[in-house]
Amino acid sequence: MAKELTLKDQDHESSLVARRVYISAFIILLLIIMIISRIFYLTVLQHDHYSTLSQSNRVKITPIPPIRGLIYSRDGVILAENKPTFSLGVVPEQIDDIDETIGQLKEIVSIEDSDIERFKKALKKKRRFENIPLRLNLNKEEVALFAVNRHRFYGVDVVAGLNRFYPLGEKLVHTIGYVARIDEDDIKQLDESNYSGTTHIGKLGIEKSYESLLHGDVGYQQVEVNNKGRVIRVLDRTAPKPGENIHLTIDLSLQQIAIDALENRRGAIVAMDPRNGDVLTFVSSPGYDPNKFVNGIDSKSYNLLLASKDKPLINRVIQGKYPPGSTVKPFMGLVGLENGVRVNADESWCPGWFSLKGHQHRYRDWKKQGHGHTNLHKAIMQSCDVYFYTLAYELGIDRIYEGMSRFGFGQITGIDISGETKALMPSREWKRNALGQAWYPGETLILGIGQGYALATPLQLAKATATLANKGHIIRPRLVSSTSNSITNEVNALPNHSVNKVSLSNSAYWDDVITSMKDVVHGIGGTAWRSGLNAEYNFAGKTGTAQVIGIAQDKEYKKEEIAEEFQDHALFIAFAPVESPRIAIAIIVENGGGGSKTAAPIARKMFDHFMNNRDLINKG
Amino acid sequence: MEEQSLGQRLHIDFPLFFGILVLCIIGLVVIYSAGGQDMNLVYRQAVKLLIALVGMVIIAQLPPAEIARWSIGLYLFGIVLLILVIFYGDVGKGAQRWLDLKIFRFQPSEIMKLSVPMMVAFYLADKSLPPPFTRVIAACVLITIPVLLIAKQPDLGTALLVATAGFSVLFIAGISWRLLTIMGGFAAAGAPLLWYFMHDYQKRRVLTFLNPENDPLGAGYHTIQSKIAIGSGGFYGKGWLNGTQSHLEFLPERSTDFIFAVFCEEFGMLGVLFLLCIYLFIISRGLYIAINAQHTFGRLLASGLTLTFFVYIFVNMGMVTGQLPVVGVPLPLVSHGGTSMVTLMIGFGIIMAIHTHRRFLSF
Repeated sequence: MAKELTLKDQDHESSLVARRVYISAFIILLLIIMIISRIFYLTVLQHDHYSTLSQSNRVKITPIPPIRGLIYSRDGVILAENKPTFSLGVVPEQIDDIDETIGQLKEIVSIEDSDIERFKKALKKKRRFENIPLRLNLNKEEVALFAVNRHRFYGVDVVAGLNRFYPLGEKLVHTIGYVARIDEDDIKQLDESNYSGTTHIGKLGIEKSYESLLHGDVGYQQVEVNNKGRVIRVLDRTAPKPGENIHLTIDLSLQQIAIDALENRRGAIVAMDPRNGDVLTFVSSPGYDPNKFVNGIDSKSYNLLLASKDKPLINRVIQGKYPPGSTVKPFMGLVGLENGVRVNADESWCPGWFSLKGHQHRYRDWKKQGHGHTNLHKAIMQSCDVYFYTLAYELGIDRIYEGMSRFGFGQITGIDISGETKALMPSREWKRNALGQAWYPGETLILGIGQGYALATPLQLAKATATLANKGHIIRPRLVSSTSNSITNEVNALPNHSVNKVSLSNSAYWDDVITSMKDVVHGIGGTAWRSGLNAEYNFAGKTGTAQVIGIAQDKEYKKEEIAEEFQDHALFIAFAPVESPRIAIAIIVENGGGGSKTAAPIARKMFDHFMNNRDLINKG
Repeated sequence: MEEQSLGQRLHIDFPLFFGILVLCIIGLVVIYSAGGQDMNLVYRQAVKLLIALVGMVIIAQLPPAEIARWSIGLYLFGIVLLILVIFYGDVGKGAQRWLDLKIFRFQPSEIMKLSVPMMVAFYLADKSLPPPFTRVIAACVLITIPVLLIAKQPDLGTALLVATAGFSVLFIAGISWRLLTIMGGFAAAGAPLLWYFMHDYQKRRVLTFLNPENDPLGAGYHTIQSKIAIGSGGFYGKGWLNGTQSHLEFLPERSTDFIFAVFCEEFGMLGVLFLLCIYLFIISRGLYIAINAQHTFGRLLASGLTLTFFVYIFVNMGMVTGQLPVVGVPLPLVSHGGTSMVTLMIGFGIIMAIHTHRRFLSF
């Protein structure tokens, strides 16, 4: 194409642009007329209206935060309360030189560098007319000292408030959680109006999951202010609606027994009522002090918690993933019976080991010399591994996965606090997706004794045990049984959720397995027979010992030679009484050694307490 | 050829300079009142003004051809910074807009207010006008990328201004009315989509804008209080330093985004008319410069920047008087604050450069 044709026609272009500029100028004029008419409307036509409003605008509307609901245990002990506190608040826009003011305040009350750091952080985020706390938790002397000097500090005031306090500290931190100051992430989600006077929000546990009930609704007050903005008097007040009180299903006395029995070791204990899902005990050890988090934990203490080898921040009950070990055997047995792979009386020969055809590898039984002829009853009672190797092998991974999933393994329990892990019930499909490998038969074998890929949380074990105790009736565990209005004390019971049912073709299978579990503790040669001695009631249980490290073929290990963190986890699941179960328990003691030695005695202590006080508990 | 005037030699357009100076002085006067007669605030603003004015004069020394050469580089630089903000940006008031350069924090989106109209003007000036369909689409893409990045931060006000800056250049370039109608149609259809992508607080602002009385403690508070301030000012105003609404601290953000309400309360409708005259004077001067520019790039850029300046005014006054949602756009050259002022002044520097570097043939 000839170059001339692409030459630009300057005259044409400049007149085109000029035309467009005139059009824009015309539009601008129109819009300016619009603005002027709006201003005319507001300042002239509506002047009287707004003038009146401006007169009455000596009246400010300020929010009154609602009082947060309290949390009680089943036995009526207060677990989370509100303590009155005083803090020193600063309104930045009323102060000329903040650093100078802080310097002067330091002469009256002690202000740490960490206070200033926190204050400066808040200063950037908050608006300049908002009151920002500089020093928290003033004592009475400091309040009085400041009151005397108040005239010197325009823009600084003592702000009375309520502070969340957890009297039991670390004992229930994993259940109740804690509240802490509202942060950026919270702001994105919450209703700003309703939280306009609120400083704290539930971050974890019950405090988080029941936040909307505990918080309540904000109230307003109309106050008259003088020409400096100070409040002169309150004109009108719409009271806030306080948050609901929450009543936990936790039985504090049983919780205490469990904590004492655990003797400060790492582990988790859950007890629940199989009839309604009420969680009676919820221990995750070690805990930590929730009160430190309420007004912001300092980074040093927080890093200590994070770095601790005992991992106190993890909620072991719902987040701890443990190999369930032999505690899966009763469920595995039921899956075998239901699938017709075995009948109760079928016997396997246990020489102390098992090998797959054509393979050298020996899968060993915990009992070196073997259990001899073993049927399901004996296999559960004495925890025979070989019986379950063969059972698992005959079932195959697909039927195991399907059957165990029905008992809730690898699934969320649905408890009413968040953060739960699904743990893991492996399947062919899972392995292909997660590891990109096919399923090997050897992996099916060790699944039969709850080792290998299988992982479960203590709460999953407790729920499965409750399902077994209920003979198939699945109930969702819950921590809150009712709420009550903090003014009228009117109680509102929350419904419990029966989720589903594991139905078996023959209900006698339940009795087969339950009888075997009863003989684990009451039978001769049961693995936990010591824990069943002289009990005034019948209970059923199953021990478990989960390997933390693999042991090489043909090697034995001596307990003393292994570092504590590599020793086996002790597990025990149980329910009582056998005839009409009222309590189902799952216990895990990390690196506690054998389940029968370490975990089962804890269950016995709890059952003794529970059964002796059952009248009291039923009332509560 | 006639003698070069003083303005030509210094590369300063005196009418524009005069108008800007008057605005700045008005700004300082109102900030003194709005800030509770705090001289510190006034000094700080004056220093920022001075820096911005110096920046304007320096930019005015550059020949427009030089400025045109920077377009692509500055545009790409701005895009990179916007992406960096997404990953490394500081959070303030729930939005990620700031890049911390250790010495000072700054908003990369400010660069875009200049570089988007520059880029679009540079791109369109390259071929003859009006632009054909394909080039309009390409220009739209050039505008949309930074606008989306800014809206994601989320900063709707700036996104809106950047979009206007780009599209006003496109409009001046003579995009056909038919295309304009079609694009308008698409924009109207896209509004529900935009709603879907908006943050909760932005949705709330729009909803509150439609009915501010719904949420008097929350988002509606700004609008209600500023309407009271404006309306109670009346035709003559309550007089300087006598605005009760602002001094009783009812009016939030009164020295920044809502300074117009303070101005109205104290100087009334009469003051507003005066202020609008100054603004109109600056805008007419900008458009005059645009028409008389010697190159297409200069024409497009000068008019684009001037129109954006007007949109600032319109959006700010619209939101303060309760006709538009509260989107956080300052009143140009009057509101307290540094970043947006520097950008505006540099924009005026560019307009001055376009005007004062013209060459006249001597006959």
